[in-house]
Parts: sequence; C-alpha cells; structure tokens
Amino acid sequence: MDYNVIWYILVGVLLIGYAILDGFDLGVGALHLLAKGDHNRRIVMNSIGPVWDGNEVWLITAGGAVFAAFPHVYATAFSGFYIPFMLLLAALIFRAVAMEFRSKEPHRRWRQFWDAAFSISSAIAATLFGVTIGNAVTGINIGADKEYQGTLMELLNPYALMIGFFVLTVFTLHGSLYLIIKTEGELQKQVKQWAMKVYWIFIIFYIIVTGYTLFLHPEMIANFSFGKINYIGGRHELIDHYDTFVSITAWIIVILNGLAVLNIHRCLVKGLEHQGFISSALSIGAMVGLFALGIFPNMIVSTFDPTYSLDIYNASSSQKTLKTMFYIALVGIPFVLSYTIAIYWVFRGKTQLDENSY
Amino acid sequence: MDVEILSRIQFAFTIMFHYIYPPFSIGLGLIMVICEGMYLKTDEKVYENMARFWTKIFATTFSIGVATGIVMEFEFGTNWATYSRYVGDIFGSPLAAEGIFAFFLESGFLAVLLFGWNRVSKRTHFFSTCMVALGSTMSAFWIVVANSWMQTPTAYEIVGTGLEARAEITDFWAMVFNPSSLIRFAHTVNGAFVQGAFLVISISAYYIIKNRHLDLAYKSIKIALGVALVASLLQPVLGHEHANVVAEYQPAKLAAYEGLYESTDHASMYVIGWTDPETEKTYGIEIPGMLSFLIAFDFDHKVPGLKEFPKEDWPNVNLVFQTYHIMVGLGMLFIALTAFSILALKRKNLHEKKWLIYILIFSVPLPVIANQAGWVSAEAGRQPWIVQDILRTSDALSKAVKAEEVLFSLIMFFCIYLLLFFAWIYILDKEIKHGPEDAVTSYSHRKERLDMFEDKDEE
Repeated sequence: MDYNVIWYILVGVLLIGYAILDGFDLGVGALHLLAKGDHNRRIVMNSIGPVWDGNEVWLITAGGAVFAAFPHVYATAFSGFYIPFMLLLAALIFRAVAMEFRSKEPHRRWRQFWDAAFSISSAIAATLFGVTIGNAVTGINIGADKEYQGTLMELLNPYALMIGFFVLTVFTLHGSLYLIIKTEGELQKQVKQWAMKVYWIFIIFYIIVTGYTLFLHPEMIANFSFGKINYIGGRHELIDHYDTFVSITAWIIVILNGLAVLNIHRCLVKGLEHQGFISSALSIGAMVGLFALGIFPNMIVSTFDPTYSLDIYNASSSQKTLKTMFYIALVGIPFVLSYTIAIYWVFRGKTQLDENSY
Repeated sequence: MDVEILSRIQFAFTIMFHYIYPPFSIGLGLIMVICEGMYLKTDEKVYENMARFWTKIFATTFSIGVATGIVMEFEFGTNWATYSRYVGDIFGSPLAAEGIFAFFLESGFLAVLLFGWNRVSKRTHFFSTCMVALGSTMSAFWIVVANSWMQTPTAYEIVGTGLEARAEITDFWAMVFNPSSLIRFAHTVNGAFVQGAFLVISISAYYIIKNRHLDLAYKSIKIALGVALVASLLQPVLGHEHANVVAEYQPAKLAAYEGLYESTDHASMYVIGWTDPETEKTYGIEIPGMLSFLIAFDFDHKVPGLKEFPKEDWPNVNLVFQTYHIMVGLGMLFIALTAFSILALKRKNLHEKKWLIYILIFSVPLPVIANQAGWVSAEAGRQPWIVQDILRTSDALSKAVKAEEVLFSLIMFFCIYLLLFFAWIYILDKEIKHGPEDAVTSYSHRKERLDMFEDKDEE
C-alpha cells in the first residue's frame, strides 16, 4: 500500500467522521422548525450546542487534507463547483451565527428570523453535500487540463439532486435519532414521531437510490463485483490482487448496512435510544465507505475521457508531502479522538437549559 | 470587471472582515486565562465574574471568526485554483496541520469553556480556557506559516514545465521555519494582544464612566492596560526585526513602505507623507537617514529604491506607504495612551480624567485598524506576486470560474457580512449594557469615588 492509497483512506475516514458527526447536527438543524414553542426550540438547538463546532472541524480538516494530499482534486472541485460551494459557505455562516445570536434577544421576530436561518441553512448544507457526491458518481466534464468545463446546470442534474435529497433524509433521520437521546417527555414523544416518518421516507429513497445507481452506474460496484463488471479506465492493482477479499468484505458491509437500517426501526419501536443512533451512524459510515470504494482509485471522474479523470496518482502531492503529512496525522489523530470522546462524555445525558445555554 | 480584479476584491474583503475577529479572540483568550488564573489563586468572586463575563464577550466574536474563516479555506480552491495546483504540495500542509493541531483543540475545549461551568471542576475549566487560548494561538501560527512561505519561499523546487509545472517541497521544517515565519507570527499575535486588550479596556472604561460594576471594571482595566502596554512596547521591536527580514528578502516591499523610488545611501523615514506615482517622488515630514539606520544601524547604509526593480514588479506604492504609516503611527499612539492611563490608574485619578476615559472607550477600533493596515501593507507590498518571485497573482486564478460568478458571490458576501456586522454590534452592545451577572462592589476605588462625589446614600 503506497502513501497515495493511505491518504485516500485517511480523507475517507475524515469524511466518514464528518458525515456521522456533523450529519446529526445538520439533521437536528433541518428539524428545528418542527419544534413548537420557544423552550422546545432552545432544547433542540442546545442539544448540539457544545458539539456542533467540533463536528464542523472535521469538514475543515478534510478540506485541508484534500488540499495538501490531492491539490488537483481540491482545485478542480472547488473552482468547478463554484456557485454550489459559495451557497454552502453562506449556509455554514448562517448556521453558525444563528445559533450564537438566536437566544440573545427575546423579540419574536428576531428569534423567528434566526430560527429560519438555522433550519433552512442546515437543510441546504446537507443537500449540497449530497449533490457533490452525486456528481462524483456520475462524473463531470473535465478536460485534459484538469479543469471543469461544464455549466452550473449540469451540476444540478436530476441524479445529483436525487442524491442531495437522499443525504438530507439520511441526516434528518440521524438527527432525529440523536434528538431522541437528548430530549425527554412531551418533546421526545414528538421527536419519535418525526423519526418514524423520516425513517419511511428514508427507506423509500434508499431503495430508489440504490436501484437507480445500479441501473445507471453499474461501475460503482465494479471494484467489488468479483471481477464481473469492468471498470472504466482500469482498476487499481490492489483491487486486482485482493479481488475476492475486497468483494467479500464489501458485500458483508452491504448486508450489515441493511441490517443496521432495519435495526433503526426496531430501536424506534422498542425505545432503544443509543442503539438506534449507533445503527444510523454505522449505516452512514458504511454508505460513505462503499461510495469511496466504488470510485477508487478515481477521485473525480471525467465524462469526456476516462484518462482525464483525477485519481489518487495524477492529482496528488509529492511523495515527500504525503509522507510528512502522514506523520502529522499519526501524531494528531490520537489527540483529536481523545478530545472528541472527552467532550461527548462531559456533555452526555439529556439536554438541560441553564444560564450558559444558547 | 474581470475575474482577477473581482477575485482580488473578494479575497481582500472576506479576509479583512474575517480578520476583525481572530485578534479579538486571541487577545481576549489571554485576558480570560489571566482572570481565571487569578480566580483559582485568590478564590475571589470578582475574578470568577470577570472570567465569565469576558468569556461571554469572547463567544460572540469567536463564532463569527470561525464562520468567516471557513470562507478563506474554500477561496483558495474556488477563486485561486491555479495557485492551489501550483503550490498545493507546500501550502496545503500547514492548513491541514492547522485543522489537526489547532481547530480540534480549540473547538473541543471551547465547549467546556462556554457550557461547562457547572459540569466540570474549576481546575478543568481553567485548563480548558488555557487550551482554547493555546488553540487560537496555534491556529495563528500555522496560518502565518502558510502566508510567510508566500512572502519568503524556501525549501521548494519547481518540477515539470508548462501546465504541469508546480512547486514541490524539499524540506518540511525548513518550509515551516522559513526566514520570516517566526517573526511575523510574533508580530501578528502581539498585535492581537493589543486588540483584545483594548476591547477589555473600552468596556471597562465604559463601566467606570457609568459608575457600574466598578470592582470588575477596575480589576479588568488594570489587567488589560498591563497587557496592552507590554504588547505595544514590544511591537516596535518585533516590527523592526520584521522589517529587517523584509529588507533582505522583499526589497521592493521595503522601498514601498517608505516611498523610496531612487536608491540612496541615506534613506529617510517618513512620519507622514504622500507618494506621487506620476512624478515618482515622495513628499512629507521625514527623518533623514532613519531608514538606513534602522536597517543597518548606519545612517549611510545603501537602501535600494523601487527603480532597481522592473516597473511591472512594483506594488501599489501609495497603498503600501499609507497603510504602513497608519500601522506605525497607531502603534506609537497605543504606547502613549496605555502608559498615560496606567499612570493615572497608579495615581488613582483615572476617574477624574473624563476625557481620557472617553478616549479609552472609543479607541477600540484603532487596534483593529492598525492590525488591518499592517496586513494590507504586507499583502499589497508583495504584489504583483502571489508567491514572491515565483508566481504572479494574475496567473493564480481559477480557469473554470467566470466573472459573473465571482460578482454574484462578492455581492452575496457583502450582504451577509453587512448583516452579521450589525447583528454583532447589536449583540455586543446588549451584552455590555447587561453587564456581568453578579456585580460585587467592594473595591477601594468605589469607596474613594463615592466619597469624592459625596454620594454617601449608597454606602
């Protein structure tokens, strides 16, 4: 395994961490307007109060890691997706300051404005992440110069939008499962009802998205098809070498993912708060992992010509940078994990409002 | 307007707006550590109130700093994609290190700092405050490292030709400790201490004039004036060291600082002045030979003027000249202002000098202007290079982005930031008027003050 593969995996781990952690707080944000009354809304917002900022750092670090390890991917994606990324920035700004400002002023209009800003921007951010993933699956128009040559509307194609709404439902379900852990009493009852409704929407989307992807983009499972489906533009030697092992592992993940999804329903019915949330977290991890395995070793597929695609070799930094960065990650990751665990431990239990709350 | 000018305006606007906030966070962070450390040591309630109150003010600025900071990270890719391709091998790693070493630390302990008062022990809380302060300072370190590499690039080699050409790193630590990074970091963070301290000074001075929360106000202003005085005395020393590095590595920038067109062995320093790009002359009040002296401790040291360099490599001289002199002038003012105020505090007659208190209240934008001006002179002074002598700004743009798209995002940021700015001022004003939760009024100044105004009813 070379440093390019290691960095592909590390970026994947950062994105899984981001999707699981910020996933629930974007979901909580998307649900925020459903909560009625000021007290309930404050509980909803404060359930993610101490943790959302740390969760977002996973995105920032993933961005920095892509910049350092795969600068061409960073440059092509960020400049190619200019308008969607600008809207994402607007959404992330509004979300952050809405939480800080919302409860600072008792006026009804003030609170309504920031409530709406918080909720809508959370939903937009979740959807835009999905749109980006959708485009990674379909591929975009990249020329020989590694530059995006398509238009904005091509990025907002039906398939990408479908993935966008799918990610929104995944995060909303994940967020509602988190809220069940953090709330009690009447509010928790309501949250459980939302979770059940979102669950069924999610199941419908899950089936449609899976079927549609297999039909339109069978190459997404080429890496774990026991060599039955041909990959456009050549496979990575690691896949060739460990074909059976990779395929079996991937299909075990597919099956476990299905079980985790079913388990969410069981947990909702039986009131198993933590298990439901963990199932959903594992499911998100599995989906991001399978997606990453599906496009490997490409990072951005060119629809013009497979040889124009950006992969982990033609888009990467020098070996020296990859190696140095690997040691930085090795030193940093234990710290990161220990802060993250410590913070979730300190703020465990049901959300209570006090004088320090939002 | 074309993509280049729009992208430059957007970057300048978004980074200048962003940079209002991090220096407040860094400076306030230090003062919070001092207040909470005093609380731990003395166990006096007033220090706890101070720690809690300044933390509240900190939270308001911190959240905008974080939110607007993500914009900067995105913009390297969205607007400067060619730059990112060209130097990503080098420039990306300090950004990633900032994420791994600084942001996680900062955001993790920020949660305990803001929401953990009733959940963790006093010591753990104090530790969290220290870690947040450390995190924001480390964040400054890595970002200044990245920027310093653009000013004084080292430890790289150009690999490939044409479209494939890019800079590759040869030595990571030599890149991190490039000739200008440490001194620029010290100068930047020290400027942040001044800015954070002046916010505390301003709010405390407001309470003193309003005769409210006096104990908290006097104790806070004492700490903040101390921080501000030490930092502003240190700042010219650090600035001088920095200017020496500029003289060695970026002589065109140094020439622009002082509007020096012709090379001379008796270069002047201007107190105030104006450069005329038409006649290529500089007018103003000058101290002859001072620039030569500051660089080499020799009044007759030869300093190269702008004419030594091709005209297409000149920065916007007047912009660099003026922002540089605004920074220096304000820096001198901070020394005088803080020294005078500390003297008044020592003589216990600060409250008599109403005019001084009013100056202190309204002086809070001045360090913001000084810090901004310093950065503008540093960044504009590097132009037309985005990486000194390696890559021109005009060659660093995103090829896939159109002018209309940048215009759209520029207008969008302008509207959002305007809204944020006014919301921030409004909330800050409210927090200040509301004041700390629990006012303790045992400090001797209060008694003294009350005696003076013969207002003994309250005793």
